[in-house]
Amino acid sequence: MAIISRGFSGRREAANPNLPPGQYVTTDFPVLSAGPTEHVPLDQWEFVVDDGASALKRWDWKSFRDLPAERVTADIHCVTRWSKFGTSWEGVSLDTLLADVKTDARYAMAHSYGGYSTNLPLEDLKNNQAWVVFRFDGHDLAPEHGGPARLLVPHLYFWKSAKWVRGMTLMPRDKPGFWEANGYHIYGDPWREQRYSGE
Amino acid sequence: MWRVGKAVALYDETASARTLTLEVPDWPGHVAGQHVDVRLTAPDGYSAARSYSIASASNSDNRLEITVERLPNGEVSPYLTQELSVGDRLELRGPIGGWFVWRPEQIEPIQLVAGGSGIVPLMAMIRSRASSGSGAPFRLLYSVREPELVLYREELRTLADRGIVRVAYAYTRAVPQDWPLPPGRINADLIANATWPSTISPTCYVCGPTSFVENASALLTVSGHSAQRIRTERFGPTGDRR
Repeated sequence: MAIISRGFSGRREAANPNLPPGQYVTTDFPVLSAGPTEHVPLDQWEFVVDDGASALKRWDWKSFRDLPAERVTADIHCVTRWSKFGTSWEGVSLDTLLADVKTDARYAMAHSYGGYSTNLPLEDLKNNQAWVVFRFDGHDLAPEHGGPARLLVPHLYFWKSAKWVRGMTLMPRDKPGFWEANGYHIYGDPWREQRYSGE
Repeated sequence: MWRVGKAVALYDETASARTLTLEVPDWPGHVAGQHVDVRLTAPDGYSAARSYSIASASNSDNRLEITVERLPNGEVSPYLTQELSVGDRLELRGPIGGWFVWRPEQIEPIQLVAGGSGIVPLMAMIRSRASSGSGAPFRLLYSVREPELVLYREELRTLADRGIVRVAYAYTRAVPQDWPLPPGRINADLIANATWPSTISPTCYVCGPTSFVENASALLTVSGHSAQRIRTERFGPTGDRR
């Protein structure tokens, strides 16, 4: 049973059906990272899909940017409890990036410049649910927000949308990435409030 | 899982920051640097939760302290800093986080860099170093707007006198009387003069508002620290995480 705090009223933003439980709306774009901001020169950038043994697909910046890109508008939800509605991005769908990849894998580990990683079921990356984005709000994605390119998987908590992404490893079995090994939920569905491990 | 905590002491650190000592019968203990979620529920069932860094040392007893900075437009922090009374109960979840932590088994030099209320989890590390008997060499660079806003000043002085931590301050808006420097942000000179050199490979913990952390961690990187040895924790630009 909840503990009642007499005298507490709260801000009570109008109930919003698009706001997951335990979240509040921000108009800022807070930055959360485990370490310093990475600065990745475009002439060194690449995105590689591998199966843990060998590379299956590889793009440099130019060939990546030659792929068909799309505009995405999405609500994003950070595990630290802020949500931001209607963010607008431009990027390449994972459906495009994985189109020619033949695999029996069911999971993927996204890897980032700087060493960050996060795990996702492969089915959460397909069917118009995930992108590698390089523009935010009409501008090139700033390094502190993950530029030159980050993953965008808006239906999961935002730590799954890895900044400075450089590729992904397809895996037969799930295993925890960086935050997932440091106390956060293995899947991270904001609508089921899967914030922390063991929930 | 939400636990019930009872406020057993309240202490005003500054005009806008209050430390809450909470007694939590089933508290499992925590590691310095971790945080807790605090949830408040109104009489009609409306509830709101925020994350707060734990300020007290790692320990195995059933008490913890959090220091809460009151935000002008905050939803939870005004209640915690102005309304909550000793004896009141609230709900807690945690401890949370396994990355921005310091454990007494770490023997390498430690460089702490705090911006404003970013001192709170770093204070837990300093207190843990003191209470654990660790010999790890600790330094703290603490950037704050003005002298009146320094948290834990007397305790930091005492801990410095005991050789637990070396402390340097940077004031960004107003300096104490007779201070040798004008107000200013942390810069390369200060990093060179008031922090461990990168050559001894310290682990660095940087905590504060986003712009502060961006600046401080970039300066550390430029002065030779490996990005792998710099751990950061950022607040939102308006601090509205609290």
